[in-house]
Amino acid sequence: MIAHAVRRVAPKGDARIWTFASVAIALLVLAPVVALIAIAAQGSGDLWPHLARYVLPQSVRDTAILLAGVGVIVVTVGVGTAWLVSVCRFPGRGLFDWALLLPLAVPTYIVAFAYLDVLHPLGPVQTAVRAVLGIEDVRGFSLPEIRSLWGACLLLGLVLYPYVYLSARALFLMQSASMLEAARTLGASGASTFFRVALPLARPAIVIGTTLALLEALNDIGASEFLGVRTLTVSIYSTWLNRSSLPGAAQIALVMLAAVIALVLLERWARRRQRFAGHARRTHPPSPVPLSGLAAFGAILACATPILLGFVVPSLYLASAAWTRVALFGLSPRILIETGNTVGFALIATIVTLALGLVLAYAVRLDRGGLATTAARIASLGYAIPGTVLAVGLLTPLAGFDNMMDGIMRQLFGISTGLMLAGSGAALVIAYATRFLAISGGGIEAGFTKIPASIDGAARSLGQTAAGTVWRVHLPMLAPALGAAAILVFVDCMKELPATLLLRPIGFETLATHIYAEASRGTYEDGAVAALLIVLVGLGPVVLLARMSRPMLVLSGRSDSSSRAS
Amino acid sequence: MNRHLAAHGFAVALACASLSTAATAQGEVNLYTTREPGLIQPLLDAFTKDTKIKVNTIFIKDGLAERVKTEGANSPADMMMTVDIGNLLDTVDQGVSQAVQSEALSSAIPAHLRDKDGHWFALSLRARLVYASKERVKDAKMTYESLSDPKWKGKICIRSGTHPYNTALFAAHIVHHGEAKTEQWLTGIKNNLARKASGGDREVARDILGGICDVGIANSYYVGLMRSGKGGPEQEKWAAAINPLLATFEKGGTHVNISGASIAKNAPNKANAVKLLEYLVTNEAQAIYAKANFEYPVRPSAQIDPIIASFGKLTPDPIDLRAVAKARKAATSLVDKVGFNN
Repeated sequence: MIAHAVRRVAPKGDARIWTFASVAIALLVLAPVVALIAIAAQGSGDLWPHLARYVLPQSVRDTAILLAGVGVIVVTVGVGTAWLVSVCRFPGRGLFDWALLLPLAVPTYIVAFAYLDVLHPLGPVQTAVRAVLGIEDVRGFSLPEIRSLWGACLLLGLVLYPYVYLSARALFLMQSASMLEAARTLGASGASTFFRVALPLARPAIVIGTTLALLEALNDIGASEFLGVRTLTVSIYSTWLNRSSLPGAAQIALVMLAAVIALVLLERWARRRQRFAGHARRTHPPSPVPLSGLAAFGAILACATPILLGFVVPSLYLASAAWTRVALFGLSPRILIETGNTVGFALIATIVTLALGLVLAYAVRLDRGGLATTAARIASLGYAIPGTVLAVGLLTPLAGFDNMMDGIMRQLFGISTGLMLAGSGAALVIAYATRFLAISGGGIEAGFTKIPASIDGAARSLGQTAAGTVWRVHLPMLAPALGAAAILVFVDCMKELPATLLLRPIGFETLATHIYAEASRGTYEDGAVAALLIVLVGLGPVVLLARMSRPMLVLSGRSDSSSRAS
Repeated sequence: MNRHLAAHGFAVALACASLSTAATAQGEVNLYTTREPGLIQPLLDAFTKDTKIKVNTIFIKDGLAERVKTEGANSPADMMMTVDIGNLLDTVDQGVSQAVQSEALSSAIPAHLRDKDGHWFALSLRARLVYASKERVKDAKMTYESLSDPKWKGKICIRSGTHPYNTALFAAHIVHHGEAKTEQWLTGIKNNLARKASGGDREVARDILGGICDVGIANSYYVGLMRSGKGGPEQEKWAAAINPLLATFEKGGTHVNISGASIAKNAPNKANAVKLLEYLVTNEAQAIYAKANFEYPVRPSAQIDPIIASFGKLTPDPIDLRAVAKARKAATSLVDKVGFNN
């Protein structure tokens, strides 16, 4: 709808440049996919009958259960708590509002090893239970084993629900109160308002959040390894490493990618007739419904539990483990450098990812023939490929480019440039950007839809170029969306492990690779300090994100009213 | 603060960028390793102290050979260090290694622990043991074969069946008994598992102390790392709960695997890499392997750490490691077939 209006004001040439840029970005993301296709085409011999018979049935089943379980948890917890904090008023709501985002700072592999320890028969929980029940023998009492599929669903759900919470809350807060009030005056109860009006309206936002969470779960390898879950991603790994068949692994990865694309398209197709509008004409924010007594208690419990389990417990565990380690063995001097590397590279990658995302989103806004939109969709594929597979796919184009450049430079100037990209941090930045473009592009695109098209027209008629419009007009208005995307990308880059491990330059460690190094020799506890630092460094941005999304409302409210006034 | 750290990150990035060109300068050697650097750092530090040659390391768990391969002629890799014979042979099979002839190496390493053409060399040995609960298991001797006995039902802990350490053990079983018998054996062990095949080797000891299982399969050096207190007081307790048994095959010895190294095909600092390799098999370095990492040295004359020596005399299984490496694929297929990890 908005795009239509813009099309009329954007001169042809401008749109073409932006489309060209976004196609270039899409090609960048496609490079590792093409490399994977080439690897897959080498053929995997007689691997598939074996896979089909013994490996895939199990891993497809486990993957389906994992995704279903995580899906149910993230949607229930994410949407439920988002609804409570944005529509109801109860003691602690102001705190829960931002604290519900905290588990975002805890990587999946960290929550897995934390709970493995906490719930172990020798861990604090079972020890305490035995003490209370007066049982001496460690075998006298045992909890169900967390190293299981249900354990994985629960633990992943606990740290991934914030993706849904974030997008659902933003939508609930922006939803026009008049719709909800209309429902109420027509006699709908609170519950039926939620299920029949608010939820269907929030569907696109919930789908975006859930997709991000499920793709994280699908691509997880660390937590699955700890918990003994056999997902498709685990099968891809073991096909590559144990069956020494990289082509076979690439084949499974591509099939999985195709399945992900099909599911995403299916969901879009299912709501093809639905139109969502009305943000721009929001009259006033919904007035909170006060809860009291049992209802308030229930709301507090519902909000406190995920924070407690997804953040407080693992953080306390890490803090205590880190404390013991530091007291025993002191603090490694490397840890400061590693923190610097982690933060530095996450920052650089965030800026690059954001800039590329902005180009993609703006090209979609100006899009005429649908090419830019297609490019933007393709550019978000990176998120649907497991990290290591993506990294393996990147090896070929990166090193290929390097060796080609080196050859040219040697011939022309007699100097060797060596491995310019693969040998430097540039490879990492490219990998992060490829992987997390889905987050920045999608977030900024959503932000753009909130800017009325008339603003573009006004800017252009006052003599601004397309780039000038973006720089002087859109950027300030997009600040909240950009900020939110920046923080999500930053936290994700910081937590990223598999691509970092394979593509980082020699002698370069981040907090995540440090933890993995410790974990790989069976000394998870030694990684506690680094793990705690990841959580702590991630905490700042997450709190910032939560703080920011309130004023964002005021901001977008203002822009709405001013656009109405003009 | 953030800005400061960011600046630091940039500096590191630049330093790294310049490294690829600096790598060809004298006095350096670049080591790509699948071994956690903390384990080999004492060795590298000692080498640098002796020779003034700086060692740059990168720890790459999976995809080491792939990375060196794609880096091609410009790869800074001089030496590749891995654990497990299969992983080591991968570097040779992918064509990223080169042959090295050295009297120092061939005299220090027994012939069956190195490639006859000089493409790979074993540097240390580790035995795959049975950890048995001191409290609940009275057996002082065990065979690998007996682990499928139903008397262990619900009592065995082990890490993932597709982990290289287990793959090699299962492959050795194939070499001894053939695929059909190995399938039965794996099914038997699978039925005896107390929990999912997951986690690491130390967790076997922890889970035995925690009462989850009575016996488990894990590597020898972890006992040293836990008992010595290097893993903290908690792990000393785990180790105190187990008896490490030098299990054997019925008609063979204890399964041993290797850590080893090969020299990269396009090594820019080949001479230094060979120096490092030769250093790693000196008595001094082999003693560090034994003392710091609790591994068995490859050099027959080197001393074994007292903790490891206390398990008894190691009789390595006589079958050829290359045969074990060859049976790897079959072993992995059987693991899938019996649903070992499910």
